[in-house]
Amino acid sequence: MTSTKELITLRVNGERRTVAAEPHHTLLEVLREELDLTGTKHGCELGECGACTVLVNGAPVLSCLTLPSLIGDADVTTVEGLATGERLHPLQIAFAEEGAAQCGYCTPGMLMAAKALLDATPRPTHEQIAMAISGNLCRCTGYTAIYEAIEKAALRS
Amino acid sequence: MSEFSVIGRRLPKVNSWAHLTGQARYADDLFLPRMLYGRLLRSTRPHARIRRLDVSRAAAHPGVVAIVTGADMPAKMGIMPSTQDETALAVDKVRYVGEPVAAVAAVDEDTAFDALSLIDIDYEDLEPIFTIEEALEREDVKIHDESKRANVFKEVHLSFGDLDGGFASADHVRDDWFFFEGNTHAPIESHSAVASYGGDDKLTLWTATQVPHYLHRELEKVLGLPRSRIRVIATPNGGAFGGKSDPFGHEFAAALLSIRTRRPVKITLDREEVFYAHRGRHPVKMRIRTGVKKDGEITAVHYQSWLDGGAYASYGIATTYYTGALLTVTYRIPAYKFDGVRVYTNKPPCGPKRGHGTTQPRYGFECQLDKIAQDLGLDALEYRKRILQPPQSRTINELRITSMGLGDCLDALGRATRYSERHGQLGRGRGIGIAGSAYISGAGLPIYWNEMPHSGAEIRIDRGGGVTVMCGAAEIGQGSDNMLASVAAEALGILPSDVHVVSGDTSLAPVDLGSYSSRVTFMAGNAVKDAAMKLRALLFAAASEKLGTPVDRLVAAYHRIYDPLDPETFVTFADAAVLAESKHGTLVAAGSYKPPKGIGGSFKGAGVGPTPAYSYQAAVAEVSVDLETGTLIVDKVTTAHDCGRALNPANVEGQIEGSAYMGYGEIIAEEQVFRGGLHKKPSLLDYKLPTSLDTPALEAIVVESVDAEGPFGAKEAGEGPLNPVIPAIANAVYDAIGVRFDETPITPEKILDALGKRDNRGIPKTRIGPDGLADRDGDPKRARRRLDASTEGRDSRGAPPPGPRST
Repeated sequence: MTSTKELITLRVNGERRTVAAEPHHTLLEVLREELDLTGTKHGCELGECGACTVLVNGAPVLSCLTLPSLIGDADVTTVEGLATGERLHPLQIAFAEEGAAQCGYCTPGMLMAAKALLDATPRPTHEQIAMAISGNLCRCTGYTAIYEAIEKAALRS
Repeated sequence: MSEFSVIGRRLPKVNSWAHLTGQARYADDLFLPRMLYGRLLRSTRPHARIRRLDVSRAAAHPGVVAIVTGADMPAKMGIMPSTQDETALAVDKVRYVGEPVAAVAAVDEDTAFDALSLIDIDYEDLEPIFTIEEALEREDVKIHDESKRANVFKEVHLSFGDLDGGFASADHVRDDWFFFEGNTHAPIESHSAVASYGGDDKLTLWTATQVPHYLHRELEKVLGLPRSRIRVIATPNGGAFGGKSDPFGHEFAAALLSIRTRRPVKITLDREEVFYAHRGRHPVKMRIRTGVKKDGEITAVHYQSWLDGGAYASYGIATTYYTGALLTVTYRIPAYKFDGVRVYTNKPPCGPKRGHGTTQPRYGFECQLDKIAQDLGLDALEYRKRILQPPQSRTINELRITSMGLGDCLDALGRATRYSERHGQLGRGRGIGIAGSAYISGAGLPIYWNEMPHSGAEIRIDRGGGVTVMCGAAEIGQGSDNMLASVAAEALGILPSDVHVVSGDTSLAPVDLGSYSSRVTFMAGNAVKDAAMKLRALLFAAASEKLGTPVDRLVAAYHRIYDPLDPETFVTFADAAVLAESKHGTLVAAGSYKPPKGIGGSFKGAGVGPTPAYSYQAAVAEVSVDLETGTLIVDKVTTAHDCGRALNPANVEGQIEGSAYMGYGEIIAEEQVFRGGLHKKPSLLDYKLPTSLDTPALEAIVVESVDAEGPFGAKEAGEGPLNPVIPAIANAVYDAIGVRFDETPITPEKILDALGKRDNRGIPKTRIGPDGLADRDGDPKRARRRLDASTEGRDSRGAPPPGPRST
């Protein structure tokens, strides 16, 4: 357990944060364990489930396969950064209304994948939604309510 | 206008906002001061004696704080008190690859992981048993010494009515074999537990469990700590589906490591460990003989099942009975015999998965009904309607039927899918299939014998009009917290979002037996309603006095108590609370629920099957089969489900859609299969959960039969809707290509095999499936062929021969 921690500076949800972390620890681990941002979930830590999806410069990435040192000064957005102050993101409201979060565990990653989609494609087709969330496994909903929520949020944005 | 102000509305779940903002605290999200991290050493052998287990090198590793092994917790435990055959960590012997053997706590997870490789363990390999057939035959190999016959865990035989007479009076008898492959829950959240033993000599365990109360009992037994000094808190489960309803080794290990170190200890399983923790769907071989008259009326059913239980009991005794218990509640069966055998094998233990034990027989039976309809030239939808078990009746195995909406489900499907017009008319490669099903709204008996309530709830109203509901039910994503809040809110005339819910906490909330057997809405819902109606009476008495209106004319809605004939004269909920507390003292009420007596029989084995109310459901699947590649595309699944009353239609639809999704995964791809005891696909990539691109269009139709005993008429919605989806898809595949798939899953390889296209010499088949059990006809060669027909049999040929290996 010889510590080889190094200082890492990240810009997360608009805040610059410097923490000491093992250089082999992933962005997922650093977010959860060093920055207390436990909203980002882990389902496999192998890049298979998408639960750990965050945005890096607006693009969805699997934080379990990303080393913080490779990110540099990029903007990282997690589910905690989705709402603006008191104002929830339209996706959050639509997910609640449609019952698109059952157990809620895939939800943070699903929301980030959906946000990346809507930011790039404000009026996505059903097929575009299916493709955008195809890397995010949900075991509860059968995806039906998730489609409805994303479509609803798109109409409101 | 609805008679309700909350029930029946599509309100967001009360816990949605925590989920959607990242604020929900799952077990692995807990970080406590001075917390240690634990990892489990797991067996690499399917069946072996532990000759030597030496942790001294690991204990000396810098950063390691404590290590525990099976010898530290030798007490037998297990979810069912009558079949406790496991220990928290293996003692002397391992029975499956992945069985936990020792646990290390260290200052960080990397250190704990490194220390595992420093534990010295020598195994003496024993011959493993991997198949049902071997388990039945091999008297010379005992996975558990207690097994009386070979490796049989449980054998049951039940007979009702005149079976011989029934078959004798039949015009047509079908005799079919089926095989349902095992599969697993694969919740996205892996199991996780955090234990903290405090200076006050009390243990708190936060854990992703569906059954905090049952775990509480087992912790007492294994740790030797009085239950009064243990608090179990079920954290929000990130999906469970039955997979978190056993007591698990890591929960005990975290607890004991915390007791030993006086520091909090967290153990979170990785994804591969979750596949080995399993407790999922049993592989089941089935033989079903059904006699019918010319018009299809059933005269007798003889159902036999052989369950591959894996290495330990889990819920296996209940699973075994469930394979036979519920076939009778959907269609009239005047004579019925059930034989069930569950065997031990050297694989991870099987247990309950959504539909627990009823999914496999329902698949076989509904496929067989499709064949009978075809044999007799009947429309499969109309046929089912004609033979329905009536409402307010008793089945031949003495189960009480109350509300029964299967006919309405079939009607709704007929309208929505035009099944009868389209079946047989879609052309080669396209098909449509139908199936029905039923499920329980909670098991009629608890897993340990007692006369206490199955569910308890407490409600407190504070002086500011705040309402807190406390109930032991575990929130596993099914929406139980929202259900508790909604039922209380409806009764008290407030909104669910006003209610604070304290759930799954053995210290703060009365016992609820747990989130299994789809019992929570019916049982915890009734308990909360009971408590809420007591408080409502106090509030109404106070309001009546203030308004001068008789109590029986008052209603409560939207934070007001008023006379509907004069709605502008009212007392607010908060004012009524102050008036009632002034008069009666602190406003607290408890409620409880216990199923009525007499809902099942009194014979041995009658404890599994009864429920206060059965849910009913049916599904229609539409499929396309690519005749060149064997690819099966399920275009759409429409499921109609009788949930009694939809307390929140959005959530009920979500359960129906999620069930359809999970059933779809089971029939097209998912399988928990092993090679030499090693899981062949212990990752989410290889196991192949359906993604958004795979999942068919799912339509949910809510049917409301308004059950007289359910809370506001509600029954279950979480499990039943899975069951009909699987046979509906198999029946649709038959409609598409004329091949009966009497085994799951229906993979492209099997379809190509059936079409005779797997190799150039192939001969097209009309059926894929088993044709018997090895030990039934005494022909060893045929037995071998049948064995090879099972996935495990195919694999064992390629696996290295088991033999002594040493480390």
